[in-house]
Amino acid sequence: MSAAAHTDHGHHHKESFITKYIFSQDHKMIGKQFLITAIFMAVVAVILSVLFRIQLAWPGESNSVLSFFLGDTWAPEGILDRGMYLGLVTIHGTIMVFFVLTGGLSGTFSNLLIPLQCGARDMASGMLNMISYWLFLLSSILMLYSLFLETGPASAGWTVYPPLSVYEEAIPGSGAGMTMWLLSMTIFVASSLLGSLNYIVTVLNLRTKGMKMTRLPLTIWAFFVTAVLGVLSFPVLVSAVVLMLMDRTLGTSFYVNDTIIAGEVLEQSGGSPVLFEHLFWFLGHPEVYIVLLPALGLTSEIVSTNARKPIFGYRAMIGSILAIGFLSFIVWGHHMFISGMNPFLGGVFVFTTLLIAIPSAIKVFNYITTLWRGNIKYTPAMLFSIGLVSSFITGGVTGIILADSALDIAVHDTYFVVAHFHVVMGLSAIFGMFAGVYHWFPKMYGKMMNAKLGMVHFWLTLVSAYGVFFPMHFVGIGGAPRRYYDYSVYEGFDSNQFDMIMDLNVVISIFAIIGALAQAIFLFNFFYSTFKGQKAVQNPWKGNSLEWTTPVEHMHGNWPGEIPEVHRWPYDYSKPGAAEDYIPQTVPLAEGEEEH
Amino acid sequence: MGMKFVVLVVIVLAVIAIAQIMRVYELSSKIRGSREEDIDLRVNNINASLMMVFLIIFFGSFLWMWSTYGNGMLPEPASEVGVEIHWLFNVNWVIVIAIFFLTNGLLFVFAWKYSYHPDRKAHWFPHDNKLEMIWTVVPAAVLAVIIILGLMTWNQATGPASDDAVVVELYAKQFDWTVRYSGDDNKLGYADYKLVGSAEDKNSGDSYANPLGLVTDNSVRWRVLGLNNEISALDANIRKEANDSVAYSQANLNKMIAKVEKLERIRERVLDMTGMFGDSINSFAEDDFLTRELCMIVDQEYFFVLRSRDVLHSAYFPHFRAQMNCVPGQRTSLKIKPIFTTAEMRKKVDNPDFNYVLMCNKICGVSHSNMKMAVTVVETQEEFDSWKNGPLATNAINDSIVAPANIDTERMEWPEAAHHDEHGDDHHDDDENHEGEDHDDSHGH
Ligand code: HEM
Ligand SMILES: [Cu+2]
Ligand SMILES: [Cu+2]
Repeated sequence: MSAAAHTDHGHHHKESFITKYIFSQDHKMIGKQFLITAIFMAVVAVILSVLFRIQLAWPGESNSVLSFFLGDTWAPEGILDRGMYLGLVTIHGTIMVFFVLTGGLSGTFSNLLIPLQCGARDMASGMLNMISYWLFLLSSILMLYSLFLETGPASAGWTVYPPLSVYEEAIPGSGAGMTMWLLSMTIFVASSLLGSLNYIVTVLNLRTKGMKMTRLPLTIWAFFVTAVLGVLSFPVLVSAVVLMLMDRTLGTSFYVNDTIIAGEVLEQSGGSPVLFEHLFWFLGHPEVYIVLLPALGLTSEIVSTNARKPIFGYRAMIGSILAIGFLSFIVWGHHMFISGMNPFLGGVFVFTTLLIAIPSAIKVFNYITTLWRGNIKYTPAMLFSIGLVSSFITGGVTGIILADSALDIAVHDTYFVVAHFHVVMGLSAIFGMFAGVYHWFPKMYGKMMNAKLGMVHFWLTLVSAYGVFFPMHFVGIGGAPRRYYDYSVYEGFDSNQFDMIMDLNVVISIFAIIGALAQAIFLFNFFYSTFKGQKAVQNPWKGNSLEWTTPVEHMHGNWPGEIPEVHRWPYDYSKPGAAEDYIPQTVPLAEGEEEH
Repeated sequence: MGMKFVVLVVIVLAVIAIAQIMRVYELSSKIRGSREEDIDLRVNNINASLMMVFLIIFFGSFLWMWSTYGNGMLPEPASEVGVEIHWLFNVNWVIVIAIFFLTNGLLFVFAWKYSYHPDRKAHWFPHDNKLEMIWTVVPAAVLAVIIILGLMTWNQATGPASDDAVVVELYAKQFDWTVRYSGDDNKLGYADYKLVGSAEDKNSGDSYANPLGLVTDNSVRWRVLGLNNEISALDANIRKEANDSVAYSQANLNKMIAKVEKLERIRERVLDMTGMFGDSINSFAEDDFLTRELCMIVDQEYFFVLRSRDVLHSAYFPHFRAQMNCVPGQRTSLKIKPIFTTAEMRKKVDNPDFNYVLMCNKICGVSHSNMKMAVTVVETQEEFDSWKNGPLATNAINDSIVAPANIDTERMEWPEAAHHDEHGDDHHDDDENHEGEDHDDSHGH
């Protein structure tokens, strides 16, 4: 296992600017490239969401923010175009899920931490790793470019259900916009696969001496299972995408059947849109765990370090990650209860879906028990980790309702769903990502971020995030369908309903705007600190894992001399009998000391 | 443009100003020798207290929203299954809220209580099998209850409709709904998407209309004749373009030829349909009638057959807690038994203008959010009958299927005579398998 890790690569040659900062094959630099790209994408996605939130709160009113960003083409006289509304929602969702929370989150932290925490000099293949980043950048650019197409971006929702996504005549965004979307996603998947394969191989083969699987930090376990999920599920998305491309261009009928579009009777016959739903969600559900698991991994580490306590139930945590990973492949049908699928099959998916609640509950209780009788230091990273546990709970419990097919009949495709997945996936993963950035910033840039700004950022974000997504549950229970340009539909029918939906929508949008502005604090702190931040020390948080044994200044190969050997798990915090409240993994067990 | 520039300048200046303030802050903390990673005790305690403050506001605002908007937000369910769903929702809601309060409560209370103190050392507690067993088994037991209750309701909601359920078709297209009642025989007549034609369709080139594609003797003939018209019109264009040296475009020509070939293939498939339905071709459809509004009788069960003409739609009745996707090329179904009339519901919600509504709840295009239909629930069969005899309902065959223009329906020749073979009938798919085709044999359930 560790032979490869032990050969000294002897990387001491001088690097040029280009090989160091641009076409770098160093995992730390690639991680930073992913991060910066993801931050940029996140800014775009947040702006998009603010734009359509303005429409939802003040429908049909002229707004100069809309004209500012969308111009006369898409917001004539400051009123958002109906088609563009759907385009904004679609691209917002796509960017958030794939580019920020898959590419951005895994790309940044798997790259940064897998070699550092496993004790490897770099990824198994630096070259593939570099290609993975450049494909990610290319697909990001294509996705952004699609916003500027004459016919608008893909607008069939991030789930791109056919036949809407197949025919340009059905919605303008299904023309060039959809082609661009499919192209971008295919490249994205290629990037993700190269990354994932690399992570898997590195974790399996390049651990340092003594780093048994059962001594790995939970971060690595989470990244590892995430990568496995990605390798098994993303190819299915590519197949789905290829079949869709064929339906669009070659006239095949995998997903379309007996359709009349714009008055024209089409000959395509025999396929089924439901097939696409199956293929899409076979990726789509594991995808939500691809988004979530890395965040859970990062925060496990952060909670333990800052509570100065071992993570409670280390083995149960690993078991839960594995169980969640496995189960996530057999629950996709919960997105299709009312798709026309056989109700009996629906019943089976109810069962498998609710099973996932068990490992999830274990994780939550283990987090909480880790805090119990801890000695908690509120670094910004710790604050965000607590935010994550809270949103994981709050979003998780509404999942229990949605998993119940009978209840899903009432709330499917309403804002209740939007609230649920934003809280459990969006907020948790974003909080995890923020926590990770605050915690490992010293490792990435050799500087410290400003803690007080971080705290202000956290509290504003937490309050506005719940301010946005809490009322959304009630909008959904109140019968507001998602992907609606406005709710005028209720006006002539049930005006009580209409009033309540509108009241809440205004509240939500105001919080959304506050929340979005609060992110400026983070951006400022981030960029300011990269240049002018306080210089970091080697182990600022007094952590145990291996990355804190590397020098502050980055170097190729990570450790100047031999790679250190590992003697214990990474969670020996406040161990009885030890002088300090932490014992790094590199410290051999003392005479008569039990491992844990 | 000027405006954008000003905004950008303001932002840049603001960033510079904040950066200067930060610089001062950093310098002063350098002089004091404080480091970012050392959170001082006072700040740490502030954060800990904020955890408690947040918890109180969090729970408080939840309770407030729950009482204000909670279950009262949609009026009480107005269908039989809706009542079951509503009950189940409340049961789950209580369980879920209990978990929510318990776990979030523990989380924030611990976060507040165990904040850092230099004199204390964290308690070494890496695992405890008994505890972990408890929080594996207890959730599993709760989930078992949820699953069993849920599946019972699910089976009820999706199980077969009763024998006296009235069969009604809901036909979705961008961006409206059409209702077809099955009439006295309670059987829907056959329908086939190839027969759909409506005067407003921009490509039909004739005024043949058959909004739902019903299969009848006449609709098959008329569709073929309509296709003939379209084909000859196209042929004329092709000849004109081919002989016109100015406007000549090979690409355009090829497109038109391909179109003609396609229409011929469709015509061939339509012609084959006559044989498939035999003598019963008209019988089921004769008494069907169409409306653009749904009217139901209270306490009567309805079995809806859902179809879509173009893309996915979803029939969503918020007040009945009922929803089902409409899938092109497939038939899905939904049953509803309304339990309150519109008039009763108006009293309940204290709103004389209240009406039930059917909405589309699957993104289906630019006007998705406008795709709705009014729904009324009346008390008696008599009321229903008078509604049916009113202006809204039209007979599915006599009133809504219209012959194409330019043909003499009195002396109509059967289309074979007009068979068109300029472009080579030899590429018909003679071996086309019609058995596999979707020709609507699900009249009923
Ligand atoms: C600034 C904070 C955010 C706000 C205000 C916001 C708001 C919204 C709203 C109102 C919708 C439209 C829902 C609909 O009509 O169906 C939406 C869609 C969506 N959002 Fe967000 N969101 C935010 C952040 C996020 C994050 C962090 C994620 C990451 C998971 C995310 C993922 C999605 C997805 C997947 C959709 C569905 C898009 C679709 O319907 O195709 N959003 N968001
Ligand atoms: Cu799922
Ligand atoms: Cu629709």
